[in-house]
Amino acid sequence: MHLSWVDWLIMLVYFVFVLGIGFALKRYMRTSNDFFLAGRALPAWVCGLAFISANLGAQEVIGMGASGAKYGIITSHFYWIGAIPAMLFVGLFMMPFYYGSKARSVPEYLRMRYDEKTRAVNAFSFAIMTVFSSGISMYAMALLIQTLGLLHGIVPEAWIFHVSVVISAVIVLGYIFLGGLTSAIYNEVLQFFLIVAGFLPLVWIGLRNVGGWEGIKRTLPAEMTHSWHGIAHANTNTLGVEVVGLVMGLGFVLSFGYWCTDFLVIQRAMAAESYDSARRVPIIAAIPKMFFPFLVILPGLIAVSVTAHAMGGGSPHGIIPAKIDPLSGHAVLGTDGQPVWNYDLAIPVMLLHFFPTGILGLGLTALLASFMSGMAGNVTAFNTVWTYDIYQSYIKKNASDAHYLWMGRVATVGGVLLSIAAAYAATSFNNIMDALQLVFSMVNAPLFATFLLGMFWKRTTGHAAFTGLISGTAAAMLHHGLTLPSDAVTGLHGGWIHVVHIYPSDMAQNFWTAIFAFGVNFIVTIVVSLVTKPKPESELIGLVYSLTPKVPELHLPWWKKPWTLAVGVGIVVAILNFVFA
Amino acid sequence: MGLDIRLPLGYVFVILGVILTAYGAATWNSAIYAISMGININLVWGLTMLLAGGVTLIVAKRK
Repeated sequence: MHLSWVDWLIMLVYFVFVLGIGFALKRYMRTSNDFFLAGRALPAWVCGLAFISANLGAQEVIGMGASGAKYGIITSHFYWIGAIPAMLFVGLFMMPFYYGSKARSVPEYLRMRYDEKTRAVNAFSFAIMTVFSSGISMYAMALLIQTLGLLHGIVPEAWIFHVSVVISAVIVLGYIFLGGLTSAIYNEVLQFFLIVAGFLPLVWIGLRNVGGWEGIKRTLPAEMTHSWHGIAHANTNTLGVEVVGLVMGLGFVLSFGYWCTDFLVIQRAMAAESYDSARRVPIIAAIPKMFFPFLVILPGLIAVSVTAHAMGGGSPHGIIPAKIDPLSGHAVLGTDGQPVWNYDLAIPVMLLHFFPTGILGLGLTALLASFMSGMAGNVTAFNTVWTYDIYQSYIKKNASDAHYLWMGRVATVGGVLLSIAAAYAATSFNNIMDALQLVFSMVNAPLFATFLLGMFWKRTTGHAAFTGLISGTAAAMLHHGLTLPSDAVTGLHGGWIHVVHIYPSDMAQNFWTAIFAFGVNFIVTIVVSLVTKPKPESELIGLVYSLTPKVPELHLPWWKKPWTLAVGVGIVVAILNFVFA
Repeated sequence: MGLDIRLPLGYVFVILGVILTAYGAATWNSAIYAISMGININLVWGLTMLLAGGVTLIVAKRK
């Protein structure tokens, strides 16, 4: 790939601002509250954009573009079913307890609501998962820089991967070390607008090339351009999932498990300046979120619709290149003798195909920005959970605030170093999305039952929550060990105990793993709660729905009320589903 | 929190907008725009970003 000075200049401007924001915020980082919680002083819209941006890492930009190219517009279910309802729910029903309880983290809420051991399970599993996610972002970015030849001719070929990892690590470390959560959030907002600025012209030019949405519909098979096409049965849609697995597994268990309990996103809402703002954060986030399929999935569809290169049989692949075996340098062939297409490159090849030098620099900046904020989001969540929920709870209890601020900075360095280790350990899954879903389904899926029962049933006990969580994760592992997707071999993809059921796709298997994990946790928690002693009601005020006084919203104008915004978002999502059905 | 995010946001868009607009003007009618469907995307998008950044700065500085 040939980049000119103007492309580099654009990337340089971005990096100067990224670090500049960190330096500008350094003097405001006086207490641990400033560093970990942004002083709880940010406006709702800033936190809202950070809320979706923190999640906008490798799994989203690359993974969604890849899924769009591979499966079609049906990928939008990851947004319209798999994110929006959960985002509205957390804003309307759960933020009052997260924000109102003054908990400093999600694990800390679990300690207040339940007990120490439930917090410990969540804190440790979450800390490990954030490091893993951050490492995946780093790995994907370094791999992409290497594949695109971005540093070709500047850095010796064999060093490109290592240099990319080190540069991204140093930049992320720099701005979080200096400005803490505020710096991460500000950079996430900046990154959000850069993604829009970088991808919008790509979609515009791309759509002109393929003759608009109508042109795509004429070029691609019907199941790729209709999001509800053949969803009743797994064999008649491109995802290989039937409607129950999709709505229950993705739409309920996985999505609520992520958006309603994952401290990575909740931390952004906790940084809001007031109770009302905190409730609005996830709902404001849902507004751009529902249109994101047009920015990240549509380029994938356009990439496979660019027909000039779509010769040969098999599924349409447009300008998507074949997967190359890094060891032999030859194209990887599937079981049918056809080349395997490297869908993860859908968005990068779109940039190269349609962007001349100049705006190409902007497109690459948007891509790099998304990887960085994916990393930074995880690192800020990690340093907070480490410092408050692990270090302060189990290692050094009564130190000064200055000491914990210092620990937060040390944890930032530690988190980045562990991410680097995770990046090098990253596995050889062909779709980053699938790998992350696997991890989520084991750890996050049972989690939502614990929060749901904790917030809405005052009888739920700490022993029950703990037993339920462990049983849920065990159920996830058991289910994964007993089932296998139809086209996979036993091992990492499942069936490592004994294959008793074959799923039509790995996605269907993941969704059902989540459903089982949630179901087992839900039932075990209820049963154990009934035989153990609940906390006295006086200790649960502000933590449980029925025992918390409702805060009136009379002081808010109607358009600022969480319910008004949520209903508005709901209507637009329904229309989008209808239009693309 | 001390720093209004709209300021760095506005400046980034103005600076990138100026770079793209200038580069687009300098490469007027260049063959590089064959891949972007004959549209001078640098100029068009540079001006758009300049406008967006300018509006952000005006709003941020008004109060």
